[in-house]
Amino acid sequence: MNDYLLLFIGAVIVNNFVLTRFLGLCIFFGVSKNLKASVGMGMAVTSVIFISSIFAYGVYNFILVPLHVTFLTTIVFVLLIASFVQLLEMVIRRYLPALYKMWGIYLLLIATNCVVLAVPLINIESNFSFAKSLVNALGSGVGFAVAIILMASLREKLRLAEVPKPLEGLGIAFIVAGFLSLSFFGFSGMIK
Amino acid sequence: MFRLWKIFSKGLIMENPIFVLALSLCPALAVTTTVVNALTMGLSVMFVLSANNVVVSLTRKLVNHKVRVPIYITSIATIVTLVQLLLQAYAPLLYKDLGIYLSLIVVFAIILARAEVFASKNSVVPSFFDGFGMGCGFTLAMLIIGTIRELVGNGTILGYNILGHAYQPALIMILPPGAFLLIGYLVGASKLFNQYLEKRQKARGEVV
Repeated sequence: MNDYLLLFIGAVIVNNFVLTRFLGLCIFFGVSKNLKASVGMGMAVTSVIFISSIFAYGVYNFILVPLHVTFLTTIVFVLLIASFVQLLEMVIRRYLPALYKMWGIYLLLIATNCVVLAVPLINIESNFSFAKSLVNALGSGVGFAVAIILMASLREKLRLAEVPKPLEGLGIAFIVAGFLSLSFFGFSGMIK
Repeated sequence: MFRLWKIFSKGLIMENPIFVLALSLCPALAVTTTVVNALTMGLSVMFVLSANNVVVSLTRKLVNHKVRVPIYITSIATIVTLVQLLLQAYAPLLYKDLGIYLSLIVVFAIILARAEVFASKNSVVPSFFDGFGMGCGFTLAMLIIGTIRELVGNGTILGYNILGHAYQPALIMILPPGAFLLIGYLVGASKLFNQYLEKRQKARGEVV
C-alpha cells in the first residue's frame, strides 16, 4: 500500500509532469490563460491518460510482446491513442451532449499530445505492474491538473501586472512557469 | 533557386519553430542540458521533418483528404522508429539519455504542422527544403539553449572546461526551473530581434 501511495505522490508532486518533465507544454501554455478552461482540461487529460494506460498495457503485454514486435511500440501506441480519443469524442457527443459541450474541444486537442503518449511509454519503460501503471497514470494526470490550475490562477493575476513589452504573452508565461517549477523543486528528495 | 533559399531560410529566424512559432517546446526544455544531447535531438528532428515532408509530398495526390491525419501520423511514427533503431544500434548511450523524448518526436506539433501546411500542397523539392529549413531552425534553437545551459550550469561546452575551475557552476540552469527561465528570456529576445528586422525592412522599403 505504502508503495502505491509513494508512487502517486511522486507522480503528482516530485516528478510533476509539466514542471519537471516538460511534457504537455503546448496545452499547458495554450489553455492556462483561462481558469475555467484549465479545470476542464485537467480533468479531460486525467481521464484520457488513465483509460489509454489500460489499453496500452493490454496491447503491449498481450499482443506486442508475444509477437516479438516491441519495436513497433511507438507506432502502435500513437495510433491506438489517437483512434481511442476520436472514439471517445464520438461517444460523448452522442450520449452525453452536456459533457461534450464542456470537454469536446479539449479531447481533440489531446488526441495527438505528448502527455497521453508519454505515460504509457513511461509505464512500460519502468516495468510497472498493471496496478502500478494505473496509479502512475492517475498521479500523472492529477499532477498535470494541479500544475495547469496553479498556472491559470497565476496568469489571471498577471493580467493586471505591467510586463516589459518584449516579454508579454509567452515570454512572461515561461518565466512564471520557471518560478512555479522552482517551488515544486522544494519537494525533490522527499521521495527517491 | 532564390525561391528555394527563401523557403529554406524562413525556418531559421523569421519563423523559427521554437522561438517564434512556439511549437515543440517539450524537447527544447527537456534534452538541452548538454550540447551533445541538444544536437542529437535537433538532427533527429531535422531528419524526421525532411523525410516526412518528402513522403507526404510524394503521396499528396493519393491520400484521401478525410483520412490524411492518421496517414501522416503513421508515416511520422515509421520514420521516428527508424531513427530510434539507428541510434539504439550506433549510439546506445545517447539513446538512453534522450530516452522517452525520442519516441515523443512522433507527436511534435511542428512535424504534423509542416506536413499539413506545406508538404501536402507543394511538390517534392520545395517540401524537402521547407522541412530541412525548419529542422535547421529547430537545431539552431536547440544548440543555443543547450550551449547556454551547459556553459552556465556546468562551466563546459561539449564536455570541455571553458570557464576554468574557479567558476562556480549555477546548477539551476541544468535543472528544470532554469530551462523555463531561459526560454522565457530567449522568446523575449527573439521577439525584439524580429521587430528590429521588420523595422529595418520597412525603412529600406520606404527608401526604395
